[in-house]
Amino acid sequence: MEKNGAHILVETLLEEGVEVLFGYPGGAVIPIFDALYEGPIKVMLTRHEQGAAHAADGYARATGKVGVCLATSGPGALNLTTGIATANMDSIPMVAITGQVKTHLIGNDAFQEADVTGVTRPITKHNYLVKDVHDLGRIIREAFHIARTGRPGPVLIDIPVDVTTAKPSGPVDKTPRLPGYKPHIEGNPRQIKLAAQQINASQRPVLYVGGGVISSGASAELLQLAEKARIHVTTTLMGLGSFPSAHALNLGMLGMHGTPTANYAVTESDLIIAVGARFDDRITGRIDAFAPNAKVIHIDVDPSSISKNIPVHIPVVGDAKIILSKLIPHITPVDREAWAARIAEWKRRHPLNYKRDTGKIKPQFVLEQLCAAVPEDTIFATEVGQNQMWACQWLQFKRPRSWLSSGGLGTMGYGLPAAIGAKAGRPGAMVVDIAGDGSIQMNIQELATAKVYNLPVKVMILDNGYLGMVRQWQELFYNRRYSSTRLNGNPDFVKLAEAYGAKGMRVSDPGQVRPAIEEALKTDDTVMIDFLIDPEENVYPMVPAGEAINRMIGGMA
Amino acid sequence: MKHIISAVVENKAGVLAHIAGLFSARSYNIESLTVGATENPALSRMTIVAAGDEAILEQIRKQLAKVIDVLKVVDYAGKRVVERDLALIKVSAPPAKRHEIATLVELFRGRVVDISASSLTIEVSGPEEKIEACIDLLRPCGIKEMVRTGVVAMLRGEGGAGKSAED
Repeated sequence: MEKNGAHILVETLLEEGVEVLFGYPGGAVIPIFDALYEGPIKVMLTRHEQGAAHAADGYARATGKVGVCLATSGPGALNLTTGIATANMDSIPMVAITGQVKTHLIGNDAFQEADVTGVTRPITKHNYLVKDVHDLGRIIREAFHIARTGRPGPVLIDIPVDVTTAKPSGPVDKTPRLPGYKPHIEGNPRQIKLAAQQINASQRPVLYVGGGVISSGASAELLQLAEKARIHVTTTLMGLGSFPSAHALNLGMLGMHGTPTANYAVTESDLIIAVGARFDDRITGRIDAFAPNAKVIHIDVDPSSISKNIPVHIPVVGDAKIILSKLIPHITPVDREAWAARIAEWKRRHPLNYKRDTGKIKPQFVLEQLCAAVPEDTIFATEVGQNQMWACQWLQFKRPRSWLSSGGLGTMGYGLPAAIGAKAGRPGAMVVDIAGDGSIQMNIQELATAKVYNLPVKVMILDNGYLGMVRQWQELFYNRRYSSTRLNGNPDFVKLAEAYGAKGMRVSDPGQVRPAIEEALKTDDTVMIDFLIDPEENVYPMVPAGEAINRMIGGMA
Repeated sequence: MKHIISAVVENKAGVLAHIAGLFSARSYNIESLTVGATENPALSRMTIVAAGDEAILEQIRKQLAKVIDVLKVVDYAGKRVVERDLALIKVSAPPAKRHEIATLVELFRGRVVDISASSLTIEVSGPEEKIEACIDLLRPCGIKEMVRTGVVAMLRGEGGAGKSAED
């Protein structure tokens, strides 16, 4: 049989090392699904295209490989967009393949037509509309190269259905042609030396690290640098797992729901060493009060991240792993006893805390018990809102690629499909989704995907009957006017899990939290536990929007 | 501060939309954006006149450079460049005023390119300030319609070393 476009697509995906893809069929991609029918790529049919995009994202975060999702034209492609934007904001390597109407119908408002390259241009690293089957192989190669190199991100390939059925007239050249794409990787040696001098001369340095450390695989180098230079580390949400939570030099997360110690340390520091982080507004708070006395070293692979939000004194553009390994030899250990003592004092006086022994289930308690019970190789996913922030604060991370959370975009409904994607990529790992009763309902249909493909994930719903984070803002800043945040009419989550053939459990007594978790973890099935938590528990500490990050409210012991 | 920024881009569908979207999504102000052919048929050149403080202009340059289809970005600020904008200006011109207007336009090395009973259409090209000056002087005559191409620019000689042969 002569190869058509769809065969070239599948063949090139295999050449790129694709083992799994998450997709949903439709009229414009029937030829692609036909070419996939006989394998060997494992196709996982999700129950909604958004689930496919998040599953590809979760797969990518957990494995470091490029996640692949596939949807039909029009509504199928548009349903991917939230997942694509999520991956774009968090710099996750993904290739999204969408069907398009026939070439000659493009622009005619054809059935299931949407201008998908137009819609996704601002939410992808790059995108393509393939108009000629001879370009298809090259474009797929380019897409994977762009997705996984430099600052990673999603690349979309829109393929008209007639391109997938067309047969090329001769051999196809797949050699990428990307004259405008040359990521800076190595780091300027002069800048690296300057950075080292600045670090060696600093009295109150803080390493502020983000997702770039994880995407470049620089955790070992980060640990080496921190230990050699004796510098404390604070991570962004995206950076969780890049540095062991239990390490004495770890300050925890910084920013709006960061630890007091991290926020105080950054505010008083004389040198911020930013690695693979982008000074997001949830990190900096009021910008003129962010680390007001600090010089800033910024190591980042994306030049446009540098001096975007915060003026940077020593930029070093390149890959974090390479730059840190070049930096470490120039570092001399410096004793900064006064600074270390000050940090130790903050840690002692302001640990994260919550009210224990109230007779109610506190979400923090659930997370503490979960952490104590899970095996070493566990991947945590979260939904978005209070559940996510409690997870940031209370989960203990031991290794990178063990954390899946929508940081930049804050996409509710991310956690369950991302967990499923992670389980598909790392079947040996325990995968737990920390959920809220609001978020979980945004993609709950993916329980079917978990069941069908035997991807047993554990969903822990911190059920407070509210859209809790917005309710918290309403409580604190809107006179407790709980406008549209009470979730009346929630389903019975136990029955719902059972309806999908999964195991459902409900816990309303604090004494049953640990046993229920233990049971879920040892059950070889998808399990959803509905924890009925204290309904008005808040996430503290909290920096009110627009405030300086050392002006935290609540939860200060 | 106003800068002329040149971007060499691949001559592909969607690039102009991408660049235009980049400016609107980030609320950068652009005064003009032109795009046209170059010596290489595979490449186009965009010339963008943008205003903002140095931090914004730096972001504009970096964001442009980040676009995969953009090969090269040069900010011409502080460099010796040939800069041209072209305007077509239709002014009210009853027969009695025609001579005066034509004389005025000659001072700017402009040309009358269309004539009717009541109007003249003038073509003038040059650096932006020259065109502005010409427009200011024509305004009292009554400008009925005007269109400008936006600025195109090029470094002088080898890396900006060339001498002005005209202005």
